[in-house]
Amino acid sequence: MNITAPAITVEHLRKVYGSGHTEVVAVRDASLEIARGEIVGLLGPSGSGKSTLLTAMALINPPTSGRITINGEAVLDGPRALVDLRAFRRRHLGFVFQKANLIPFLTALENVQIAMEVNDVAPWAARTRALELLGYLDVEERARNLPAALSGGEQQRVAVARALANDPTLILADEPTAALDSTRGRQVMELFARIAHERGAGVLVVTHDHRTLDVFDRILDVEDGAIQCRKNGSAAPEA
Amino acid sequence: MNLAVRDIRHSAGRFAFTTVGIGLLLMIVMGMGGIYRGLIHEATLLVDTVDADLWIVQGRTRGPFAEVSRISGSLEDRARAVPGVAEARRFVSHTIQREYQGRPLRMVVQGLSWPEDRGEWVPLVAGRPLGRSHYEMIADTSLQLPLGASVRLGKDLYEVVGLTRGMVGSGGDGLAFFTVADAMAIQFDQPGEAIRLERAARRARVEAVDLGRLQPQLLDRAEGLVSGIPALGGTQISAVLVSLAPGADPEAVRRTFGTWPDVTVYSTEEQRELLLSGMVDKARRQLGLFRALLIVISTIIIALIVYTLTLDKVRDIALLKLIGARNPVIVALILQQALLMGAGGYALAWWWGRYAFPRFPRLVLVTPADLASLAVIVLVISTLASFLGIWKAMRVEPNTVLAA
Repeated sequence: MNITAPAITVEHLRKVYGSGHTEVVAVRDASLEIARGEIVGLLGPSGSGKSTLLTAMALINPPTSGRITINGEAVLDGPRALVDLRAFRRRHLGFVFQKANLIPFLTALENVQIAMEVNDVAPWAARTRALELLGYLDVEERARNLPAALSGGEQQRVAVARALANDPTLILADEPTAALDSTRGRQVMELFARIAHERGAGVLVVTHDHRTLDVFDRILDVEDGAIQCRKNGSAAPEA
Repeated sequence: MNLAVRDIRHSAGRFAFTTVGIGLLLMIVMGMGGIYRGLIHEATLLVDTVDADLWIVQGRTRGPFAEVSRISGSLEDRARAVPGVAEARRFVSHTIQREYQGRPLRMVVQGLSWPEDRGEWVPLVAGRPLGRSHYEMIADTSLQLPLGASVRLGKDLYEVVGLTRGMVGSGGDGLAFFTVADAMAIQFDQPGEAIRLERAARRARVEAVDLGRLQPQLLDRAEGLVSGIPALGGTQISAVLVSLAPGADPEAVRRTFGTWPDVTVYSTEEQRELLLSGMVDKARRQLGLFRALLIVISTIIIALIVYTLTLDKVRDIALLKLIGARNPVIVALILQQALLMGAGGYALAWWWGRYAFPRFPRLVLVTPADLASLAVIVLVISTLASFLGIWKAMRVEPNTVLAA
């Protein structure tokens, strides 16, 4: 892992849906960089293009043009994949969503374990690390419970543990506190900040929750598909 | 980590119900195969059991099972005189339907060439072979006649002295063994009035010709028993069964019979083939086609079940793709579930079949070879059925997770 390279660099990213008179520009000329160990908030009204930007950075929605580099390795040049995207996601990216999206037929432990097993980690090693991560997130005692038996906060912490499973370069979180009360929402945001600072992962969080903005090192506003402004005084570059 | 097993464990009830449905379907497929085998077994049972080398039947006919065959009873003695023939037996077989204790009694009346053949070759489960030349019978248990029961057939009462099991004719009716004389008496039994009318008609025909008027004795003979009239009274049987002497050349014996213009001779294998290609051919082809149709239907049903199960897991599949799971992980999840359902259904079908098939009115014969071939068929159809689910899973986009 290249620990000196930024977690992600996005250059002149543009995403257009449709064509002709039905053409919609979802993201226009967006550039940003997230350093390792940095937590960045992405704010914007509904339809501003932040989810499109997030899915492009998650390598599941290729841009129309622009370039994405993760951990110093060029990944996407416009819609053209420069690497095996699924394998790249497996090794470098972690995801947390508004809903925990745990696999319902796997226990909390197995939900974390599976993320490592698909990355060719031996089952016994994956199990050990999964238990360690659940311990780190204070849900170790629920390891053998199915998701249905967990509270919303516990589910979200298991989802965070899953995102951390392969020690990712970048964690992308899409409104991870939307389904939680303010106390638990705050706890999750602080957890992301801790993960960024202690584990050296870049973290990008899409959020509407203005009560937790203080946890971010930097905040980006997205409006009409463009990154409009920067807050919290970060030195990280942006367009 | 085996995702298929964990998913099944999580939805055990649903999986169990689905497997039960598939099991019932496969039991029908298994049963159709068993009925098909049973049909062939029953059709050829008598030919195989009667243990004859050659069948002599009416000339230019296909024998007593394919069509009516009538040959003279004296042919038995002619056949015995042929070099290389160790034994010749008269064979009489016909189906009757009578009543016994208020219920229909349908049986294949089988004549044994008394006294040479007393039915020692018939596999008895109770009682004994025939011990008298008249009024005794060996009955198959499917006829539901107890040992010692007296059954009225025609004008006579016949006592059940022996019981056999699984001896049925090509139509599935139980066999009943009598002496040839009794079998023919049953076959040609007529009401008294019909006999009187026939005798009167014979007398009228004789009176109408000069010979009858000149020879009054002829008038008396015409009114008597049929067997007393040489021109009419010859015994008619269905076939003569020939057993060859040890070391005899079957072809040489056949060639000898082949020179007799009034009969046709078949080997047991040819008689068997005539049965299969003629009498039961359409039935077995129909069963075969129906079975093939059921297999296609089973494939479609399993495919739809697997597809529905896959639809229920679209989000989970999308998540697996998002976290980077390779396609084989997802394919294995769907394929293994389809195979487990197929295997579970097959096991249930086999288990239920063991209890259900013996209760069917006709023989359902499931052979180890058929079980093995059905296992392979289930394996193939489960794999084919999973393709629809796999196709759906491969089309799931990882960002489906974000859509909700």
